[in-house]
Amino acid sequence: MHSLSKVWLFCLLLLVSSAASANLTIEITRGSDQALPIGVVPFAGSDGLPEDVAQIVQDDLERSGYFAPLARSAMFEQPSQSDDVQFDTWRSLDVRYLVVGQAEQTDGGFELQFELMDISGQRRMIGETVTVRGDDLRGAAHYISDQIFEEITDIRGAFSTKIAYVTAQGIGDDMQFGLYVADADGRRSEQVLTSDEPIMSPAWSPDGTKLAYVSFETERPAIYIQDVATGQRVQATSFEGINGAPAWSPDGRRIAMSLSKDGQPEIYIMDVGSRSAERITNNNSIDTEPAWAPDGQSLLFTSDRSGGPQLYQYSLGGGEAQRLTFTGNYNARGRYSPDGEQIFLIHRSSNGYQVARQDLSGDRLVVLSESTRDESPSVAPNGTMVIFATQQGGNGVLSAVSADGRSSFRLPSAQGDVRDPAWSPFLN
Amino acid sequence: MQLKPLARSLAAALSIVVIAGCSSTGGTQDGDSYGSQDGSTTGSSTSGTGTGSQYGSTSGSGAGQQADSRIPEVRTIYFDYDRDTIKSEYESVVMAHARYLRANPNAQVVLHGHTDERGTREYNMALGERRAGAVERFLNIQGVSSSQMSVVSYGEERPAVNGQDESAYAQNRRVVFNY
Repeated sequence: MHSLSKVWLFCLLLLVSSAASANLTIEITRGSDQALPIGVVPFAGSDGLPEDVAQIVQDDLERSGYFAPLARSAMFEQPSQSDDVQFDTWRSLDVRYLVVGQAEQTDGGFELQFELMDISGQRRMIGETVTVRGDDLRGAAHYISDQIFEEITDIRGAFSTKIAYVTAQGIGDDMQFGLYVADADGRRSEQVLTSDEPIMSPAWSPDGTKLAYVSFETERPAIYIQDVATGQRVQATSFEGINGAPAWSPDGRRIAMSLSKDGQPEIYIMDVGSRSAERITNNNSIDTEPAWAPDGQSLLFTSDRSGGPQLYQYSLGGGEAQRLTFTGNYNARGRYSPDGEQIFLIHRSSNGYQVARQDLSGDRLVVLSESTRDESPSVAPNGTMVIFATQQGGNGVLSAVSADGRSSFRLPSAQGDVRDPAWSPFLN
Repeated sequence: MQLKPLARSLAAALSIVVIAGCSSTGGTQDGDSYGSQDGSTTGSSTSGTGTGSQYGSTSGSGAGQQADSRIPEVRTIYFDYDRDTIKSEYESVVMAHARYLRANPNAQVVLHGHTDERGTREYNMALGERRAGAVERFLNIQGVSSSQMSVVSYGEERPAVNGQDESAYAQNRRVVFNY
């Protein structure tokens, strides 16, 4: 339980640090045909509670693309503990797994009990009592989703993570920009920065406590580092020209970035402590959008040294940057999968700009998204999904697709353009 | 590669000298006609900048100096998709700014480069900078001091118009002269 309380602390501090809210709602746009049927029974005692915990868990599991939840209307029994589960009933509904639980209000908050059942194996897989301080039922629900997801898939759940994103409203000289942090399901969004000058490229520090981003508040771009909980911020760069595309090293000590102080954008690595910047690339073309390999030994970046934008990998051990992408004439903004074996990127096809995946062991590129004005892919810390920005009805919206392309969902916003999503690392 | 824009500049300069000869009869109305002509459609934009005749010479006419005391009214030029080449129809606009900046050595201009929304944001930052940089080099060739100019790319972050069609994209691919 220690790790969970850290999440709560994080959320609590977030609440303290900000005011405005711009929640995003989820629309499942594609379900996987390999999704596992699961039933998440409404928790006993949850009537009148501020949140429907079982619904949050069900939505989390469905959004992951790994699960196809049974509709509540099909549940003619609603057990709340494993002893009451009639396996035959659920087997007849083709359910493979079942989640049951109960909720109880306590002095300082709530107590939630949940159990996960394997219906075909007729056994209880896991169960836990979760103590909720304050009103953080959503945080507790995401924690339960994480436990269920990991127990069944052997993949760590990423439901308790956050996303940062940028909003924009207005046009031309009259625009308003916001930087937000929300739960991974788009809810409980908190504004962490607002400006009438552009904000772009938020990037999480590997410990999830800070965001680096680009802000034009001085009427030119500069990279800032902001503590998410306290709101405290410092300007990290003020070079002439582009100060862009910040990316934290896995050890959190360095930030790779694109600086054009030498005449054209080049990749630099800045030491966060000393603020000294070391130049990595050196040529007459655009070099930007760096990303660190998970082992911290190489950088992926976009360069147009071959004529159009393509992805290159540079080993920090030395040597020439190696071109990785050869399909089509526009491949940009690459991001590694957490295991470092794949990259996700924006690929221009005859359909438009789409999220694609490429295995590093080969050069075959697979388009994942069905939308055609995609930007800014960001990979979930467990590698199962990629969140990105796209367009819907002329508005910028966030969308996500599973790493295998089988499932996807969208997070439309009621207000203005939403763009530049950054998926946080694991926070607990 | 270096000669091509220069040759075009010379050609445009020649046309300006010719037009300047005509407009000099306009006398005191130079200031007004300068503005209104600049605001007209691109087809006549060459004549719109015809009030100054100093290009290639250090001594300007009275009318030219009067016009050069004002910041040119047309402060936006547009670019083709994925290109940073200054289109010939906008060279006269850039030259008007060159004359103004030469005549006013204390004037400072910030060149804002913009792209349309297609493609990735940070790569578009770089493309916007290329556009503004192309204008900066052009002005430099025209004799404007580097100390009077700076470049800020906004990439796709500050579109001039909303929309997902070519007409909107075309209005967003631009460099704006900010004094």
